[in-house]
Amino acid sequence: MSNTIRIENESRRRFLKGMAGLMLAVYLPDVLGATTAAGPGVAGGQATEVPPFEPNAFLRIGTDDTVTVIAKHIEMGQGTYTGLATLVAEELDAAWSQVRVEGAPADARRYNNLFWGPTQGTGGSTAIANSWEQLRTAGASARAMLVAAAAQRWQVPAAEIDVSEGVVTHAPSQRKASFGELAQAAAEQPVPAEVRLKEPKDFKLIGKRAPRKDTADKTTGKARFTQDVHLPGMLTAVVAHPPRFGGKVKAFDATRAKEVRGVVEVVQIPTGVAVLARDTWSAKKGRDALQVEWDESNAFRLGSDAIFARYRELAKTPGAVARREGDPDAAFAAPARVLSAAYDFPYLAHAAMEPMNCVVQLSADGCEIWNGEQFQTVDQMNVATLLGLKPEQVAIHMLYAGGSFGRRACKDSDYVLEAANIAKAIDGRAPVKLVWLREDDTRAGYYRPAFHHVLEAALDAQGRLVGWRHRLVGQSILAGSPFAAMLKDGIDPVSVEGAANLPYAVPNLLVDLHSPADIGVPVLWWRSVGSTHTAYSTETFLDEIAVAAGEDPVAFRLALLEHHPRHAGVLQLAADKAGWGTPLAPGANGERRGRGVAVHESFNSYVAQVAEVTVRPDGSFRVDRIVCAVDCGIAVNPDNVRSQVEGGVGFGLSAALHGAITLKDGVVEQSNFHDYAPIRINEMPQVEVHIVASAEKPTGIGEPGVPPVAPAVANALAAATGKRVRRLPIATDELKA
Amino acid sequence: MITLDVNGTSTSVDADPDTPLLWVLRDTLQLTGTKFGCGMSLCGACTVHLDGQPVRSCITPVSAVAGRKIVTIEGVGQGRVAGAVQEAWRRLDVVQCGYCQSGQIMSAVALLEHNRAPSDADIDNAMAGNICRCATYVRIRAAIHEAAKSLA
Repeated sequence: MSNTIRIENESRRRFLKGMAGLMLAVYLPDVLGATTAAGPGVAGGQATEVPPFEPNAFLRIGTDDTVTVIAKHIEMGQGTYTGLATLVAEELDAAWSQVRVEGAPADARRYNNLFWGPTQGTGGSTAIANSWEQLRTAGASARAMLVAAAAQRWQVPAAEIDVSEGVVTHAPSQRKASFGELAQAAAEQPVPAEVRLKEPKDFKLIGKRAPRKDTADKTTGKARFTQDVHLPGMLTAVVAHPPRFGGKVKAFDATRAKEVRGVVEVVQIPTGVAVLARDTWSAKKGRDALQVEWDESNAFRLGSDAIFARYRELAKTPGAVARREGDPDAAFAAPARVLSAAYDFPYLAHAAMEPMNCVVQLSADGCEIWNGEQFQTVDQMNVATLLGLKPEQVAIHMLYAGGSFGRRACKDSDYVLEAANIAKAIDGRAPVKLVWLREDDTRAGYYRPAFHHVLEAALDAQGRLVGWRHRLVGQSILAGSPFAAMLKDGIDPVSVEGAANLPYAVPNLLVDLHSPADIGVPVLWWRSVGSTHTAYSTETFLDEIAVAAGEDPVAFRLALLEHHPRHAGVLQLAADKAGWGTPLAPGANGERRGRGVAVHESFNSYVAQVAEVTVRPDGSFRVDRIVCAVDCGIAVNPDNVRSQVEGGVGFGLSAALHGAITLKDGVVEQSNFHDYAPIRINEMPQVEVHIVASAEKPTGIGEPGVPPVAPAVANALAAATGKRVRRLPIATDELKA
Repeated sequence: MITLDVNGTSTSVDADPDTPLLWVLRDTLQLTGTKFGCGMSLCGACTVHLDGQPVRSCITPVSAVAGRKIVTIEGVGQGRVAGAVQEAWRRLDVVQCGYCQSGQIMSAVALLEHNRAPSDADIDNAMAGNICRCATYVRIRAAIHEAAKSLA
């Protein structure tokens, strides 16, 4: 890769995209035509004091020596504020302690995700990957201007000037200046036409430990989330939603609700009835006192059992072909041996710790939003359409999100629009904070879609895998959304990711898909998306084939991964670090122990995990240890890579052990953490994370730690008990001795 | 009016007696470091100290705590144990989204106030009421051990 990046000097703000990586095609109307040029960090073009040195849209240097990095991606736990700031600070040669981070306003012209075309937003583990050259170039450009300012002031050649830890030095004349001292002069310098980026061997922050920028405020209660926004005169809204998807308000009686102290207004909105009060508790009490009659004539009424029954029927017929290799029918015509398995995956809620919420204030000339904002361009477009505004009139303050896992990037802007609808219903008389209580959040839909998979393998007389058929049945996330144009030939790529790109060398292969369109449960991406189910079915089934062929599961995989060295690399590393092949310490009386492995690529990162489990006679079990190996290209912040993979293991385990949203006659049966339970600390295994040294460009890390854990655990359970788990969450009674 | 002692300061609030302490802290006193997560004492995000004991403020009626000593995340840092816990949290970069961490820290401080050398099992017992959806549990365990060491 060339280290020289040309800068397109257009209004000193726009940088040429230096990277042609994964391009996610996002098809949106051109909403950006008239976007105003707001200053960095200022929502929607509000005036602010002019900073001394603002070389580009991504940083600002103050006379007080602070370097403020403007983060175009939301911090929702994944460490992006720290990672993005690291890229800028590296090339700027700033001292890490002088760097601050501020969220960017909604302005896709400057802050678009370079992998998403003209769209601003965070997702698909793209934040660091798409910013890799853009933000280093931003830092290098500012550094060059500081150097030029010093050269002019000291009347020395720029080439003799060095920058380190935020200090600009001319060694021959022993002169020094801080960034702050040079800020105003640097602002007068021309933006360099091109800059040279560092060689990796010269990195001082990238690949080292740079402490998180948000830890201090998150340990003292100072970090500000949407839930913490208080505006003068603000009302808090709690909404009564229909019990079934597709239900509507028929009639409501607000008499008793209005008698609750603190309740100010009760209004009907398209998604239900909103009770507005001076505080959250009064709004909740008001909602409890509300009487609503629902029109359920168009409501969705199937239960989970009926949905899966329908999926099993559909799985008997061919679907749209996502991938075909060789002649799969011939491979299954007369094989020596056939294995088959069917899998069920339930709906899953994101269940972020901060339930969905949003603050909206209407004004004469627009709308201002405070939100854990993950999907700026989509939300601007949807809110603008609702309110009859131009998208650029929708100003968005991006606050920290108390988790998201995909939920705050809603393709339909559901909770954001609900907040805007409430503000509209009261004619903007007060700022409105919409608060979903935990039960609202759990039942609101936009789940990881339920899926049914059927897999078949054909083995020849030598036990070689010669045929593979994989059929998937589940709702499309992209169909009917602003991203529907990403569907190709009836295939939603996020339904089959991890299945259609099976890395194993199988000469005859077929992957096909049914995407039933008549299931009225809203679905959405959920941390690692399609790989949440495809990694499980492919990696447990392959394990089963290896055992059936009498092969070691690691060796069997490695033999089929000849053309996928990065898969093989992490698999081998995880196996080595876990002591694969060595005996496990025996369990206590009656306990069975087992070790299992899985490897999976998602978002261009490769993760292998080895799980160790202990199963008790009654089938209950504990996951003792997970050894992970990760190849995510250059690890910008290795400690954050470890942190994300540790968290990914816990997130994946929550789904494997407990996670299920089920419907009965269309009504979601779960409501709070007692019946939709993330794992707790006593269920968290030891986790080791080993990172493959790499010179490749950085790829995602927020999601790729999730997919391998459930199949690795299931394979370990099979090794311990001989029983294959084909339905999640894992039912322990199937594992009884 | 109900008189509360919050972080060493006496404050009078006008709230219905059944209002959970959580919402008085957050909405009335604007001490927003204490978080709302479940409203049913299931997740621990709302943990505060009441006369030195960890309680879930989301199910604690404000009328029950009049005159008692309430400490929130905003006030806890003045104590030696809390300082050690917060420092360990920073050194190990425990946090991810951070939303549950006020509650985690309040529970961890309460544990270390009573047990200066907790085992992994002690930690699991004391912290099992606090959910972290980002699953920062590996580091929570490590940070509590680290804080215990620094207090020894």
